[in-house]
Amino acid sequence: MNRRNRTWWKTATGLLLTAIMLFPVYWMLNVSFTRDQDMRKSPPDLFPVRGTLDGYRAVLDQQLPYLATSLVIGLGTVVLTVALAAPAGYALAKLRPRGGGVLSFLLLVAQMIPGIIMAMGFYAIYLSLGLLQSVPGLIVADSTLAVPFAVLIFTAFMTGIPSELIQAAQMDGATALRTFWSVVLPMSRNAVVTVSLFTFLWSWSDFVFASTLANGGTHEPITLGIYHYIGNNNQEWNAIMATAVVASLPAAVILVLAQRYVAAGVTAGAVKD
Amino acid sequence: MMNRTTHPPDRRPVRDRNGAATAAPPPAATASRSRRPSSQQWAAWAFLAPVTLYLGLFYAYPLYRNLDLSLRNYTVRSFVQGDAPFTGLANYRTVLDDPTFGPALTHTVVFTAVCLFFQYAIGLALAVFFNQHFRLSATLRALFLVPWLLPLIVSASSWSWMLNSDSGIVNALLSTVGIDPVHWLTSPSWSLTSVIIANIWIGVPFNLVVLHSGLQSIPSSLYEAAALDGAGAWRRFWSITFPLLRPVSAITLLLGLVYTLKVFDIIWIMTKGGPADSSTTFATWSYRLGFGNLLPAFGPGAAVGNLLVVAALVFGLVYLRVQRKQALS
Repeated sequence: MNRRNRTWWKTATGLLLTAIMLFPVYWMLNVSFTRDQDMRKSPPDLFPVRGTLDGYRAVLDQQLPYLATSLVIGLGTVVLTVALAAPAGYALAKLRPRGGGVLSFLLLVAQMIPGIIMAMGFYAIYLSLGLLQSVPGLIVADSTLAVPFAVLIFTAFMTGIPSELIQAAQMDGATALRTFWSVVLPMSRNAVVTVSLFTFLWSWSDFVFASTLANGGTHEPITLGIYHYIGNNNQEWNAIMATAVVASLPAAVILVLAQRYVAAGVTAGAVKD
Repeated sequence: MMNRTTHPPDRRPVRDRNGAATAAPPPAATASRSRRPSSQQWAAWAFLAPVTLYLGLFYAYPLYRNLDLSLRNYTVRSFVQGDAPFTGLANYRTVLDDPTFGPALTHTVVFTAVCLFFQYAIGLALAVFFNQHFRLSATLRALFLVPWLLPLIVSASSWSWMLNSDSGIVNALLSTVGIDPVHWLTSPSWSLTSVIIANIWIGVPFNLVVLHSGLQSIPSSLYEAAALDGAGAWRRFWSITFPLLRPVSAITLLLGLVYTLKVFDIIWIMTKGGPADSSTTFATWSYRLGFGNLLPAFGPGAAVGNLLVVAALVFGLVYLRVQRKQALS
């Protein structure tokens, strides 16, 4: 009885800590349902007692093109990243190329370059190529957020695929490409899922590249949609927070559907097992 | 802070039978090198070709262009025509003499140090707490990931409204205990604190998750033995948990350092580095020089950016060294 009592207290403490941690998220939800005339009330309402859907109506009216652009850019970045990283991971894990260590090292270093510096370099290049404010340009730039991580995840994962399977395929006369496509890739489904989830999330959340390379264009992602909202000195915070809620949906979906992949992605390698 | 995790790619599975592969140092591969058929080498590099090309085109070339920007006197016109005169280190001299340099340096150091300390301390405390067995422990720990998964613009705008001087919930809560409203984002003495608070909130989940998985590799028999010897919880933490967690802590802090140095989104969205440069760091200063004004100063902007790259790479290489050492030991 005593033991159960102690666990109960821990659960209560845990709930309290989680509530404190997630309070900003709750507040975003609360404000997104608050009426304009209650927005500047002092003290503010802790619950949306006289809730309104005006904020969400504004999202539907004004933010759908931004959301669509972000979706396209996110999916494009996922395809590009997986296409680049999966073969590289296979080669580094199983084919032991000469100089592979150097390449892996360069990928690790690439991951540490601040995005703002990359953005400035991309800006200079895209300006001369006429790629500014273009969707493909932003897809390529966003993929730099994910490719090094993706190669590392694929390498770590594919190292665990039994070499016998690959050798058996080669004995049957499969080419290297065929072995990769029909044996290695199907077995790496979890790695593909992890990489795709993180790539989509980073691309969807990207602000640095969006604000430098896509600002003012016809196709702007949702991060810029929110940024313009705030920047226009907009006082309709329910609309701003409603957009923020909608922009958070991919993160929520990922957390609910793929929590084990997320935890695996965070810890991959940061801790040696 | 967009924390990403890194992994020293295993050159080959040393212990692949139990699923745990450890990184072998490059020289270890020489023994097997003669056994590698050259057709496999061709195949390997064919698979690596896209990513190698990609690294050259989309990492090395932008970095080169950035270096080039910092060494020439670019104006909007010469930016388009590409005939900016070479000026050597003039841009770097401009930046060093700029009155913003001192404050930006101080703010970058303070921001990074304070964020790291609190993210790590809170993350560790939570990791120890959630390492206990109680109902909902795993679910609540998963919920702690939310701040880390949210787009930074979402976190930044939520905090902006919470910290609003007149209508923010934070000041409303403070007034209930009799504290006067604080101008979180609009007063120069509070703006840096505000962005630090928001960034700590974003960084705690990463520290929690990584430290928690580090805790699980500490054998519980150690704690049982210590408990038998009469060591209390506090004592057990300082004599077992903390020392045994040191390798994981080092990795977490170094990685956090590299990623906190380059935090840009949060600060820019919440305060734009202001008011009056009071929350300007190298990252936001570089952006403001290049993109934040009507008349862009690409050269100095790139120069500031390159200083940041050097700092990030120095700590990044230290991180890789520490990690490699740990992988070998």
